[in-house]
Amino acid sequence: MNAAVVSNIAYLVAAVLFIAGLKGLSHPRSAVRGNLMGAVGMLLAIVVTLLQQGIMSFELILLGMLAGALVGAVFALKIQMTAMPQLVGLFNGFGGIASVLVAGAVLYQAVMAMSATAAGAAAGTGGVATVAGAPDLQFTIATAFSGLIGAVTFFGSVIAFGKLQGIVTEKPVRYPGEQVVKVLVLLVTIAFGVMVVLDPAQISNYWYLSAAGSLLGVLLVIAIGGADMPIVIALLNSYSGLAAAATGFVLSNNILIIAGSLVGASGIILTQIMCKAMNRSLANVLFGGVGAVVESAAQGDIYAGKVKSTSAEEVAMILKSAQRVVFVPGYGMAVARAQTPVRLLTELMEKDGIEVEFGIHPVAGRMPGHMNVLLAEENISYDKLREMDQINATFSNTDVTIVLGANDVVNPIAREASGSPISGMPILDVDKSRTVVVIKRSLGAGFAGIPNPLFAAENTLMLFADGKKAMDDLVAAYKDA
Amino acid sequence: MAESLGFVNILTIFVLAIFVGNEVITKVPPILHTPLMSGSNAISGITVIGAILAVGTGRETLTVVLGMAALVCATINVVGGFLVTHRMLRKFKKRGDA
Repeated sequence: MNAAVVSNIAYLVAAVLFIAGLKGLSHPRSAVRGNLMGAVGMLLAIVVTLLQQGIMSFELILLGMLAGALVGAVFALKIQMTAMPQLVGLFNGFGGIASVLVAGAVLYQAVMAMSATAAGAAAGTGGVATVAGAPDLQFTIATAFSGLIGAVTFFGSVIAFGKLQGIVTEKPVRYPGEQVVKVLVLLVTIAFGVMVVLDPAQISNYWYLSAAGSLLGVLLVIAIGGADMPIVIALLNSYSGLAAAATGFVLSNNILIIAGSLVGASGIILTQIMCKAMNRSLANVLFGGVGAVVESAAQGDIYAGKVKSTSAEEVAMILKSAQRVVFVPGYGMAVARAQTPVRLLTELMEKDGIEVEFGIHPVAGRMPGHMNVLLAEENISYDKLREMDQINATFSNTDVTIVLGANDVVNPIAREASGSPISGMPILDVDKSRTVVVIKRSLGAGFAGIPNPLFAAENTLMLFADGKKAMDDLVAAYKDA
Repeated sequence: MAESLGFVNILTIFVLAIFVGNEVITKVPPILHTPLMSGSNAISGITVIGAILAVGTGRETLTVVLGMAALVCATINVVGGFLVTHRMLRKFKKRGDA
């Protein structure tokens, strides 16, 4: 059997491991094993590639991998769970830049080989050299896509990282003529892409293409606000996969294409889920704000004389007599680092025979599923973490709902068909429970910038305090009550 | 060699893989969406294969240099991605689990 057949069969096994691994993620029970299968698939693909004919400079390769593995391991082991969105954003970026570099490296070799062949030298064999023998249309188009998508992914991810880390402003950066600037940069990028395809020998065009793509990545992400980051991270996740697939077309390599398109599909699905959970189109997230001025209704009218303030002691009394309690955590819980007292209070209530569950909105947190990870870290059993549709069916049987650090996702205004920025967004129907306790520092608006009638509802009690302090007080008061 | 496959064949693989991805990913529950992202992110580090080929078969210095940079970045992506996903998934426990 020829060596290429062996390595392609090994790639097939790796692809099966990737797919089976992702399938394992359909349940928390099988998820750890699924992830390990993916890792084994990757190891197999790497080893087989190293054993291919014509691979030289092993020392150099091992050195590079060792360096990368070390950095990656340090990141992975040191990162706090609250900072997971930044880390995933950063990793997306590394994947993207790797695609830009590989495509550039292969293009350069192809161009050099082309001029060598023209000079009468023998064409090389094996690996990159052979692929590089004759840059056909597939090769050049794929190279242009690798450079473009990879560069957008890398610089978009860098800006997303900066925003999540607080280095770059969380607010959307808007300026006059913004859309025109973006379209112009896009046109310039496409122009360079076409030049790469038409005249691959001019390698500088490839680097101009990557530079223009980088600028495009920056412009696209910098205009997006902190609350929309779950969508951006999911989209960049998809791009990093598509960039890898494009590099697969450059090298005519099956495993890159398969793995890349799996990830591309995954990111797109998550992006769609997030957009649906915000009732917005992807175009609106990316280019939104065109003439969309949020009018702030007079807060006084909604809140005047209707807001009831409460104390930890009073809430503890109500909880004591409850049979079913639901927590609705938002990103504010993570910011206040209130997860531990939430878990303590949950345990205390369960000891008294109270049923406790968590209602989690799809866009809670800074990336898809973020809130679940933060609660799982606190050892809160995953069968208590309920999706929006599941928990919404239960609010009418719920005695007390505690809203902690969430705002727009529990705003009943969203049910109205039009008239507000969140109209039509699916929300958690917390107002249907007997009593709602909202823990919040003030009546301030959420990301959508609009007042929330829930705070003035008849069955709502406001506990004005920092999330962590309020929860600590609540735990103490519950013990005493 | 892989390049004998021809464009249509690898395009077929690409399109079918997207459909497989679609089927598999839609079954992942929202509770696991963060590990899904970090785990699939690690898989997108498959570019590491391209980087190995570039370094291992590169005849031009620039090809090897670019390949090395790609190799380091992609390995960070792969190792960091799988490791952090493992760390996260181990935290998901049901009451009564060990």
